[in-house]
Amino acid sequence: MQKLVVIGAGMASGRMLEHMFEADPQAYEVTLFNAEPRGNYNRIMLSPVLSGEKSYEEIVTHDDAWYADNAVTCRFGERITGIDRDRKVVISEKGETPYDKLVIGTGSAPFIIPCPGHDLPGVVAFRDLEDVDAMKTAAGSDGRAVVIGGGLLGLEAAAALRLQGMEVTVLHLMGHLMERQLDEAAGYLLKKDLEGRGITVLTGASTKAIMGEGRVEKVVLEDGTVIPADIVVMAVGIRPSVALGQAAGLEMGRAIKVDAQMVTSDPDVLAVGECVEFDGNLFGLVAPLYDQARVAAKTLLGEDDVFRMRELSTKLKVTGCDLFSAGDFADGEGREDIVFRDPGRGIYKRLVIEDDVVLGAVFYGDTADSNWYFGLIKDKTDISEMRDTLIFGPAYQGGAQVDPMAAVAALPPDAEICGCNGVCKSTITEAIGAGATDLGSLRATTKASASCGTCTGLVEQLLAVTLGEDFRSKEAGICGCTDLTHEEVRRLIKARELKSQTAVWQELGWKTVDGCHVCRPAINFYLLADWPLEYQDDLQSRFINERKHANIQKDGTFSVMPRMWGGITNPAELRAIADAADKYNVPTVKVTGGQRIDLLGVKSEDLPHIWADLNAAGMVSGHAYSKGLRTVKTCVGTDHCRFGTQDSTGLGIKLEKALWGSWTPHKVKLAVSGCPRNCAEATCKDVGVICVDSGYQIGVAGAAGMDVKETERLADVPTEQEAIDLTIAFVQLYRENAKYLDRPYKWVAKVGLDWVKERVVHDLDNRAALIERFAISQSVYQKDPWAEHAATKTDAYTPLSDFRLEAAE
Amino acid sequence: MMTTDWIDVGAFDAIPARGARMVRTPQGCIAVFRTATDEVFALDNACPHKKGPLADGIVHGNKVTCPLHNWVISLETGLAQGADEGAVETYPARVENGRILIEAAFLKRQAAE
Repeated sequence: MQKLVVIGAGMASGRMLEHMFEADPQAYEVTLFNAEPRGNYNRIMLSPVLSGEKSYEEIVTHDDAWYADNAVTCRFGERITGIDRDRKVVISEKGETPYDKLVIGTGSAPFIIPCPGHDLPGVVAFRDLEDVDAMKTAAGSDGRAVVIGGGLLGLEAAAALRLQGMEVTVLHLMGHLMERQLDEAAGYLLKKDLEGRGITVLTGASTKAIMGEGRVEKVVLEDGTVIPADIVVMAVGIRPSVALGQAAGLEMGRAIKVDAQMVTSDPDVLAVGECVEFDGNLFGLVAPLYDQARVAAKTLLGEDDVFRMRELSTKLKVTGCDLFSAGDFADGEGREDIVFRDPGRGIYKRLVIEDDVVLGAVFYGDTADSNWYFGLIKDKTDISEMRDTLIFGPAYQGGAQVDPMAAVAALPPDAEICGCNGVCKSTITEAIGAGATDLGSLRATTKASASCGTCTGLVEQLLAVTLGEDFRSKEAGICGCTDLTHEEVRRLIKARELKSQTAVWQELGWKTVDGCHVCRPAINFYLLADWPLEYQDDLQSRFINERKHANIQKDGTFSVMPRMWGGITNPAELRAIADAADKYNVPTVKVTGGQRIDLLGVKSEDLPHIWADLNAAGMVSGHAYSKGLRTVKTCVGTDHCRFGTQDSTGLGIKLEKALWGSWTPHKVKLAVSGCPRNCAEATCKDVGVICVDSGYQIGVAGAAGMDVKETERLADVPTEQEAIDLTIAFVQLYRENAKYLDRPYKWVAKVGLDWVKERVVHDLDNRAALIERFAISQSVYQKDPWAEHAATKTDAYTPLSDFRLEAAE
Repeated sequence: MMTTDWIDVGAFDAIPARGARMVRTPQGCIAVFRTATDEVFALDNACPHKKGPLADGIVHGNKVTCPLHNWVISLETGLAQGADEGAVETYPARVENGRILIEAAFLKRQAAE
């Protein structure tokens, strides 16, 4: 009988032996080596063993009896140290074993991040039963575990350790969990689910070091965060175990190269599993490994078979986390998304379609139909006939085309349309008949869609069905990404405590994957205004002026404008500005209407340098490019003017020092005039203060742009401090409530000046609360972006590379 | 033969997700984009409308919005989207070992007018 030696008792080699014995039990005399002191068990079920949901015995694939029945000589716990292909023997610590055919199934080893402390006791991988035992020993009821790696394996380990009662933190380097299998929206839902189970998830978390005296005590991140830990589980990835194959001189790529028959560069040596490379591909999931096992068995028996790459799907084995992904779900030209979101039930489904074929799918929360979709992907089914209802699954296919309008038309009169306000269909159709022919008047008369707004689409469809051609959607959504208006989104961000863009996109049912240039800057502002401490400002969602802290000009150059507090400057600042203008060849220097100096025509790569120069002279960004506080224009007031009644320049400087750096829905300009002659033109500003003998007149909601409008009197106050308090409270109320890109005059026109007065002037507690919230926001955002960018972000202003010099050489 | 040459223009990590950087050539600049799904694209850095610097735009999906007048350009085809008409040149780009490679033809092209 021919001698077959198998190195590694894993899932691929185990399945291969099953196929082989099934087809021809007499073909080979088999010797099976395994470095682990046991036979083949179902490695993908290690997480239920770790959580205690299963025992080791339950996941054993081949027990002693199976090996005995098939006359396999088992040499478990015996490590192979070499292969001599000339003499056709494998070498172990106990001697040599000859073979006619050899199968290498050495699998893979966990990748350990080589950070300081990675070798401390208490740092474990999650790969075999020894690791699981180590973790179970450490998992005291009050133990703390840190899992590094938010991929499939890491999350399973985290969930299992949590079930064991440990306090678990997952550290993931990328922006969202399982980034190779999930898109951002599904990653967000997964994070939310895991957090719901008490697991702390930190994304964008880079591990700097693991520390401890004699054993693991804590993990330190690059950003300085320290997380106490009793064990650290490394689950960042695997690398093929190929040392044996390499030493034996087999042809290598990133792993042992095999052909479609699983044969290596030596015709008598085969390889299967995670240690092989086929056609440039490595393997980690079990499905292709089983295919390899089938082919390897056929090859050993002298039969023809071919291994082919095929579509793979992923499911996470964490009880209660329902997710599925398959195929290719990257965006692409000619590719279209069908996205279905049900925020209430935490469901997200996305299909990526190209040329009427489903290329990829990501599901979260409801994966019941995933097999059906996976079939469509694998078979490249033409879905053009069922496209309209595809996202609803197989139950909706076949039969007549479903018209969403027809579905609404078919609803019975007592069907509830608006759940928040309990409005049924007949109430709405009657109101439409009575003359409420647009969304606004329907909301006013029936309250339908006037609360959470999620039924707006249904109400509009009812309008369309009832009115036919006469209906036009009146209240438009922010952009093509959502039907919700700015005001609705703002309300929902607060009410549902949505604290990330991904949360907004998912919970509010965005129709695109990651928004567009219209909604992204707005949502970014709403989030940073409502959650200054929790939300991280996203530069990539900002218009270029705010991303680069300079005004882009029509030729792609930028303008630079330092702050001049209250319009006051001095010879040293002016010299520094003149020097900078010379040094950077600034073509135009202009005095602006806001009492400062603009340097126009600065090249992008010069920006950090000119800023550094101006910083060195004590100047900071004037935010002349921002939706934020621009200038506080002043007159000279009592300092010099014979008519001045108060220190208008001083108040202007105090206001500017209090408000600078704050982001607002649109730009905000202030002015303080020292007397009613109003030389600072305060009566057409967003907030304008007129000093009088008895104190200060605060006007708000003026305009001198596309519209010209005089300010309205908010209040008259006797003291400078009250003037400052009212101004700050007004700006904060505007920040918290206005629609993005509405100047204060537009916003006040919508909410009414009385509404503003009630909150800012009359309700003193509310005024104090507004001021306090503004102070919290300023603690984060009142910083000079020039200094920050000049110090840390200069790269962003320079070309990635420059080929002009090379070409000249 | 040129089509088989790829030129290393910089590190993938040097571009933030949903971001872009520009690369200078003797004939003008090209913009190199990285999408939310970590794909890279290379286009002439000049909007077909008024030559706006596309590398300074907001990247969403596989599109970029020009910072000057909000034209939306496909990163895949360089075609203006929606009602606008026009196109910018695109160059094959890919990532290998953490480096961004662009097909060498981008260095030999004619300058965008």
